[in-house]
Amino acid sequence: MTADVHIWWLGADAPDVGLLDALRSAIHAVFGVSVRIDHRPDRPTDAFDPRRGQHSSTQILKWLVGRSPGSSRMLAVTDVDLFIPVLTFVFGEAQLGGDAAVVSTARLATGLDGAPSRALFDSRVVKECVHELGHTYGLIHCDSGVCVMSRSVNLIDVDAKHPALCADCEARYRALHRKGNHHE
Amino acid sequence: MSKERTRVLVVDDEEIVRESLSGWLAKDGYTLDTAPDGPTAIDKLKRERWSILLVDLKMPGMDGLQVLETAKTIQPDVAVVIMTAYATVETAVEAMKLGAYDYLVKPFDPEELSLMMVKIVAQQQLVRENVLLRKVLKRDFHFRDMLSKSPVMHRMFDLARSAARSQSTVLILGESGTGKELLARAIHAESPRQSAPFVAVSCASLTETLLESELFGHEKGSFTGAVSRRKGKFESAQGGTLFLDEIGDISSKLQLDLLRVLEERKFFRVGGSEAVEVDARIIAATNRDLRKAAETGQFRDDLYYRLNVIPITLPPLRERLEDVPLLVEHFLETLNLEMSHRIEEVSADALAALMRYDWPGNVRELRNVLERGMVVAKGALIMPEDLGLDAVTTPRQAPIDVTLSLDEVEHRHIAAVLQHGGGNVTHAARILGIDRVTLYNKIRKYGLRRVEEHNGDAT
Repeated sequence: MTADVHIWWLGADAPDVGLLDALRSAIHAVFGVSVRIDHRPDRPTDAFDPRRGQHSSTQILKWLVGRSPGSSRMLAVTDVDLFIPVLTFVFGEAQLGGDAAVVSTARLATGLDGAPSRALFDSRVVKECVHELGHTYGLIHCDSGVCVMSRSVNLIDVDAKHPALCADCEARYRALHRKGNHHE
Repeated sequence: MSKERTRVLVVDDEEIVRESLSGWLAKDGYTLDTAPDGPTAIDKLKRERWSILLVDLKMPGMDGLQVLETAKTIQPDVAVVIMTAYATVETAVEAMKLGAYDYLVKPFDPEELSLMMVKIVAQQQLVRENVLLRKVLKRDFHFRDMLSKSPVMHRMFDLARSAARSQSTVLILGESGTGKELLARAIHAESPRQSAPFVAVSCASLTETLLESELFGHEKGSFTGAVSRRKGKFESAQGGTLFLDEIGDISSKLQLDLLRVLEERKFFRVGGSEAVEVDARIIAATNRDLRKAAETGQFRDDLYYRLNVIPITLPPLRERLEDVPLLVEHFLETLNLEMSHRIEEVSADALAALMRYDWPGNVRELRNVLERGMVVAKGALIMPEDLGLDAVTTPRQAPIDVTLSLDEVEHRHIAAVLQHGGGNVTHAARILGIDRVTLYNKIRKYGLRRVEEHNGDAT
C-alpha cells in the first residue's frame, strides 16, 4: 500500500517508534497528505565519507530517488551526521520540487539533558522534517523567523520557529498544490 | 533587492560542489547558475549581470584569482567570494587585494555562509539605494547642466527659468569661469526657442572689423578678401538665441551698431544695403562692471540699459563653497567617462584643500584642478599633492633658461599666467600689461588652448 509520503528510518540505531508516529501526525496536519512509515532494512552504502566521518546527504538523496513506491515522496530520517561538500554539516537536505528529503537527528539533541527535554528534541525533528518535505513541495525559505520554512543554521533558529507553515507559505503551498506541482 | 533578483554564479570544477552549493542557496530564493571552469564563468559574466560569484581557488587552467581579477574588470560591482580547501595567508591576502569580498575555507559553517550572503545582499541593496538617492538629490540641484545647492544659485535658477519663458534681453554678469555661457545655453534650452540654433560669439577675441563682419555678415566684395556673401551670427541665430560673450569689450562703433540692432530689430550686412530682420533673442554676458563702465563713459549707457533688461548675476565659487563637494563629485563622474579613468573619489584632505582655496578661476578652474588630479593620481583616490594647488597659489621662481628664444619665453610666460588665473583672459591680460585682443592673438599664435574652450559642463 502506498501513501503520499513514506517515512523511512535510515538510522544506525533502532527506530524510535514514538518519534516516527509524531512525525506522521505532524506531516499529515501540515500538508494534508497521507503518510506511511516504512521499516526497511537496506541502507545506502556509499554515503559515508571516512575522511570527514560524516554521511553525504546528497548521496543519500540520490540513493532514495527511485526507491519511492509509485509517485510517493520519500522522507528519510537518520541518526548519522550529514554534510554537503562545502559545509561542515547540514540538519537535512531535500530536492527542491523533487521526490526525496533526508533529515538527521544527530545534532538536534545537542544541549538537551534529561526527560523533560525529550519533547523539545521531538519538536526539533518534526520541524526539520516538515521543513525539508516543504522543499519537495516547491517551497523555498521564508523570511519569517517563526515559519517552519525559515532557514535554520543553528539550534537557536530551529527552536525559534513553529512546526507549521506561516500564512504566506500556506498560500504558496496551496497554489503549488493546485498547479499540480505535487504527486498526489 | 529581492532574493530572486540576486543572481549567484557558483564556479567550481567539482560537480558535486556546484550541485550542493547551488542547491543549498536556491532554497533561499536566489537565482542560481553554475560554471565548471573560469572561461565559462567569464563568458557568463560578459553576457549577463551577476550579483555574487562564489569561486573555487584551485581550478585547472584559469584559477579562482584569475577569475576574480577578470570578473572585476567586466563587472566591478560583483561581489566575489573565493573558496578554497587549501588556505594560505598569501592567497588570502592576494584575493583581498584583488578585490575579493571574502575568502572562505572549505568546508565552512552554514551559519557563516548564510550570514555572508545576507550581508552581501544588504550591502548591494544599500549601494543601489545610495545611487538612486544621489540621482534624485542631483535632480533637485540641477538647472539643465548647472549644478548647485546654494540658495543664492537656486534663486538665480528661478530667475533664469522665468527669463527663459520671456523674449527679453538677458545680461549675465559674473567673473570668468562662473559659467555664463552655460547659463545662457540653459536659458535657451528652457525657452520656446530651444529647437532653433544657439549661437555664441566671443566679442573680445576679434578685432572691431572682424567682429562686425562676424556679427552682421558681409556682401561679396565689401572688403578685401570678401570673395562671397557670408551670413553673420545674427542671421545664423534666426529663430534662436544669440549669445554675445564679453560684451563689455566691444568698441564704441560696435556698441552703436548693436544699439541700433536692438532698437530697430534689423541690420545691414557689411557692404550691404538691404535690411535684414532680426529674430534672435539676445543674451549678453560680461565679467566687467558694466554699470560702472556706463557711468564713466567707457560703455554706452543707452546700450547698457537696452541690455540690462533682465540682469542675472552668477556668484563666484568662493561665495558658494558649499557647492565644491557636489561639483567635485559631478566632475569626477564626467571626467571618469571622458578620460576612461576609475578615480573613485577625492581624499578627505584633498577635499579640505579644495574647500580652503579661493578659486580665482571659479568652477572652470576647479574642473581643471580635478582633471590634473586625475591624471597625476597614482591610485583610485586623488590626494592633496595631486591637485597642484600649492603650485598655483605660490608659483615658484623658475630659473631663467638662457637657451630659449624670445618667442619661446613669451609662449611659456603667457601659458603660466593663464594657468595661474584659471584661464581668465582679462586677468591674464592685466598681469601681462597688454589688451585682451592682443592676448587672444598670442593665444592663437602659440596654439594655447583657452581653458573655457573645452570646458562645457556643470558649474
